[in-house]
Amino acid sequence: MHIPDGYLGPPTYLASFAACAPLWGVAARKVKTTSAAKRAPLLAIAAAFSFVVMMFNVPLPGATTGHAVGGVLIAVAVGPWGATLAISIALIVQALLFGDGGITAIGANCLNIAFVMPFVGYAVYRWLSGHLSSRKGRAVAAAIGAWLGLTAAALTTALMLGIQPLLHTASDGRALYAPYPLSITVPVMALEHLVVFGVVEALLTGLVVYHLQGSRSAWVLQPSLSEVPR
Amino acid sequence: MKSYRPFWIALLVMALVSPLGLYVPEWLEAGAAWGEWSLEEVKRMVGYAPSGMERLADLWRAPIPDYALPGQEEAPLAQRSLSYILSALLGIGLCGGTAFVVARCLARREA
Repeated sequence: MHIPDGYLGPPTYLASFAACAPLWGVAARKVKTTSAAKRAPLLAIAAAFSFVVMMFNVPLPGATTGHAVGGVLIAVAVGPWGATLAISIALIVQALLFGDGGITAIGANCLNIAFVMPFVGYAVYRWLSGHLSSRKGRAVAAAIGAWLGLTAAALTTALMLGIQPLLHTASDGRALYAPYPLSITVPVMALEHLVVFGVVEALLTGLVVYHLQGSRSAWVLQPSLSEVPR
Repeated sequence: MKSYRPFWIALLVMALVSPLGLYVPEWLEAGAAWGEWSLEEVKRMVGYAPSGMERLADLWRAPIPDYALPGQEEAPLAQRSLSYILSALLGIGLCGGTAFVVARCLARREA
């Protein structure tokens, strides 16, 4: 889901940076005014977790790979704005140092992976956990949130890739950037995430939330300042 | 006792087993992630190199491309695993450090 350099034309990647800038601003303000800034170590753990979880490539045998992001798990612990900040940091380090995702595509990738995923997933989690408040229920709510959050991010990524041939096709019919149309990018990305990678993300998120609730580290799921260790 | 320690330990364990993310796709012959192909792969798939893509693809030379330390890109899998673990540790340190500093700076401006 990390769009590399050369897949998006300048209008798309510039617009993505423009859309991301105010979101980063709001995320910084939210983290400042909520307890999240006092939980600096937790935000650090969230960014590091997101980085390392994306290294676990999950194969679709004989075809392709994908990976979990941990975006909804992070949103449950530090809130969706904290997740935007933490995952954006991981994506920027990946792009600059490891060439995972392009530098022109940092805005686009942050929009999809650090914004769409935690917000969609967290909204689903909040809504479902209103109905499912047991230990198992919360884990299931987080898992479904993770599944839909990752799939939503895959969809917006597919939209960005799929509009490239519409925006940039030379007179000889050749694409200038990402070559596949929406009719290919959307079904492929939606399906592989709904059926495989989203399920991995859901299992990971559900199991961790279930385990955390019964552990000494359960405080991490109750974001309130008084619970933060000194 | 509330502590951050279990989380850092979990991250360390994840870094140590991260080569799974390298080996498993290799064994099952899974290729690149969809939409993250190299220019050569795109050329093979659609029959030409999109000109804009060709222009932008090598805009940035990452110092540790694909989590392989310099000179290790084509190394055998066992050797690449070591690179992968070191990359994971480096990434944890950098992401964690950056997020910590950002969060602390934001907190200070509030106080």
